Amino acid sequence: MAKLVAGVTTSHVPAIGAALDLGKADTPYWQPLFKGYEPSKKWIAEQKPDVIILVYNDHASAFSLEIIPTFALGCASEFPPADEGWGPRKVPVVKGHPELAWHIAQSVILDEFDLTIVNNMPVDHGLTVPLSLLFGQPQEWPCQVIPLAVNVVQYPPPTGNRCYNFGKAIRRAVECFDQDLKVMIFGTGGMSHQLQGPRAGLINRAWDTAFLDKLVTEPQTLAKMPHVEYVREAGSEGIELVMWLIMRGALDEKVREVYRFYHVPASNTAVGHIILENNQ
Amino acid sequence: MNKTDPFDDIPGTTLFDAQRSRQGYHLNMFCMSLMKADNRAAFKADEAAYLRQFPMTTEQHEAVLKRDWNGMIQLGGNIYFLAKLFSTDGLSFQHVAALMTGSTQEKYAEMMLQGGRSADGNRSKSEWQNRG
Repeated sequence: MAKLVAGVTTSHVPAIGAALDLGKADTPYWQPLFKGYEPSKKWIAEQKPDVIILVYNDHASAFSLEIIPTFALGCASEFPPADEGWGPRKVPVVKGHPELAWHIAQSVILDEFDLTIVNNMPVDHGLTVPLSLLFGQPQEWPCQVIPLAVNVVQYPPPTGNRCYNFGKAIRRAVECFDQDLKVMIFGTGGMSHQLQGPRAGLINRAWDTAFLDKLVTEPQTLAKMPHVEYVREAGSEGIELVMWLIMRGALDEKVREVYRFYHVPASNTAVGHIILENNQ
Repeated sequence: MNKTDPFDDIPGTTLFDAQRSRQGYHLNMFCMSLMKADNRAAFKADEAAYLRQFPMTTEQHEAVLKRDWNGMIQLGGNIYFLAKLFSTDGLSFQHVAALMTGSTQEKYAEMMLQGGRSADGNRSKSEWQNRG
């Protein structure tokens, strides 16, 4: 049977991808950030997941205002990097796992989480930057990836509670899939950042730290946090953090914190990263 | 959503809600069109003519031509759609964020290096009014 073994959260700042793609990873500005991911790269190279379910948000790349799905699951066999206005990132095409993805879709819909099934979806920096941070710059990504795009652009996004419970449904789906697969789930986006308006540049280290702490030990409390608190305390784009609760819902109630990293700034954003393992 | 939304008290922040999405639909779809290289070239060749293809309001047209970023946000633009426009202009997220705060990119970048804009003093509109 498939087993969900670990969860990873990380910010997905586009400038991180650009820094890597343009060979700036060793500059004084970027070096501390990439150094913070070295233990994670080592960890994931040892863990060797077969499949990653990668929760992220599309930034007006695959979805415009014509169609705005709250939860969209990529069921295709591959997903090309999106052209976000300056040409696609030169990273490998993302290979999906259609069999597991369709299984998850069927399972969670019957479990009353009515997601959207997507067979044609370019993936933007929201999905490719986390892969770059964990795997560097390989010729091919070393595992299959199931993209799960969450709307956090058009209000209202799903509640934290909905995300947390959706994560639980994903766990149930994965663990009744009849293949021996080692599965991980990534929750991406955040942490505190605001990209728009006169309050742009907001960073809230204390709040982010408390969020990371609660993510580990009190996710059910975190799941009750209303949207307005995310926006007030972590900035308008800090709302992306609801996606981390999907990751957390898919893990055990008690988890082992393997690694944590926090860094300000990456462009406009506070970068937060945590690795959690299920106890098995 | 009701009008006594607690979001309204957050200063310097515009929520991309149903009303803004309806108001900004054509503005945002214009931005989306700039994801194609041919469209970017046509827009750069004659901005006003290109914009006439999209049934925006006069205010929205003018805000685009003037690159009034805060104005576009107020008129229903969403930052991730506006990103297609400032990318066409060769500007970064950080550059445009700096402009929206009334700062320069250098000063804004320095603020970010120093840990960013503190949440203290930036949580409610009353805090902004009291700072004079």
